[in-house]
Amino acid sequence: MGLRTPLGQVRGLGSAKEGTNHFWLQRLTAIALIPLSVWFVASITCLAGADHNQVVDWLSSPITSVCMILMLGTTFFHLKLGVQVVIEDYVHSPWAKTGALIGVTFFCFVLGLASILAVLKLAVGG
Amino acid sequence: MVEFTLPANSKVGKGKTVKAPAGAKNVTTVEVYRWNPDDEANPHMDKFEVDLDTCGPMVLDALIKIKNEMDPTLTFRRSCREGVCGSCAMNIDGTNTLACTKSIQDIRGKTIKISPLPHMPVIKDLVPDLTQFFAQYASVKPWMQSDTPAPTGMERPQSQEERDKMDGVWECVLCACCSTACPSYWWNPDRYLGPAALLQAYRWIVDSRDESTGERLDDLEDPFKLYRCHTIMNCTKTCPKGLEPGKKIAEIKQMLVERRL
Repeated sequence: MGLRTPLGQVRGLGSAKEGTNHFWLQRLTAIALIPLSVWFVASITCLAGADHNQVVDWLSSPITSVCMILMLGTTFFHLKLGVQVVIEDYVHSPWAKTGALIGVTFFCFVLGLASILAVLKLAVGG
Repeated sequence: MVEFTLPANSKVGKGKTVKAPAGAKNVTTVEVYRWNPDDEANPHMDKFEVDLDTCGPMVLDALIKIKNEMDPTLTFRRSCREGVCGSCAMNIDGTNTLACTKSIQDIRGKTIKISPLPHMPVIKDLVPDLTQFFAQYASVKPWMQSDTPAPTGMERPQSQEERDKMDGVWECVLCACCSTACPSYWWNPDRYLGPAALLQAYRWIVDSRDESTGERLDDLEDPFKLYRCHTIMNCTKTCPKGLEPGKKIAEIKQMLVERRL
């Protein structure tokens, strides 16, 4: 049983002096994802029934590949920010929380990088 | 991890039923959460049949009637009976509110279910332990911080427009209805300050006479103290004074963004 005063407990380790950047970037990426997602869904719908070469041609165009890289980067970054909040909300064991936060950061970074490299490979004709 | 079920010793069972006096015509059932720290029993819901013809119009009147006439061991906080002190905050019919301003007539159905404010330690029956809640309030330093001495012989001046910014804030009676209705506060009560404390922090941030706005924002800028608010809005929905803590928290976030753009 601890005898720390209630005020001492509430003050805890003090303010982290951060959080606004996370808040701002989460909203910024959400705004960016609105047009990017609409473009992506519309493009995929138009490509319904297309063969492999047609899809490669579409993805090789500079505008398409830039938009696709933007969408992938923004999606995985937004995913990382969002899942981080969910973990902080619900996971309270320090080890599990830290492990989950590291895991989701690595997962999003690796998947984001791999998907962007895949687009680049097609775009530059690798 | 977050606990989604009640611990075994908190599971709520059925309690006794106290019948209304013979001949009572306008009867409603008030179901009240009971828990006594002096025995080993689990909490239970007691049913009291209240004769509304001999009872005042508010839920607090029914509770006082039960305590006076049916079970003097029933424990709850109350003081002003007019929505000013915030003592009689409890969960009535599924919503946190003040028993003294909640009309019995406004409750649909024949049973009025009353339990303590959710997700707080219970001291007895309808009395929650608000120690941490008031420590959180104290942590936002709810007093004037100004290096400039007050003018001699007069109060610190404030324009009408500056004063207007505190409307919708000063009316808060710290009843804890909002904080205890907030899921983020349920999951992280030790680190998230909760809507009530943040509303009070806002009250001093927008007070034109206070000179510590920056320091106050510094203290709040934290992933847990402030940013656990996910704009769920239960706080605004449940506030018995009709205030909007959710909006004020959003304004604090806006100020934090504004000072870095």
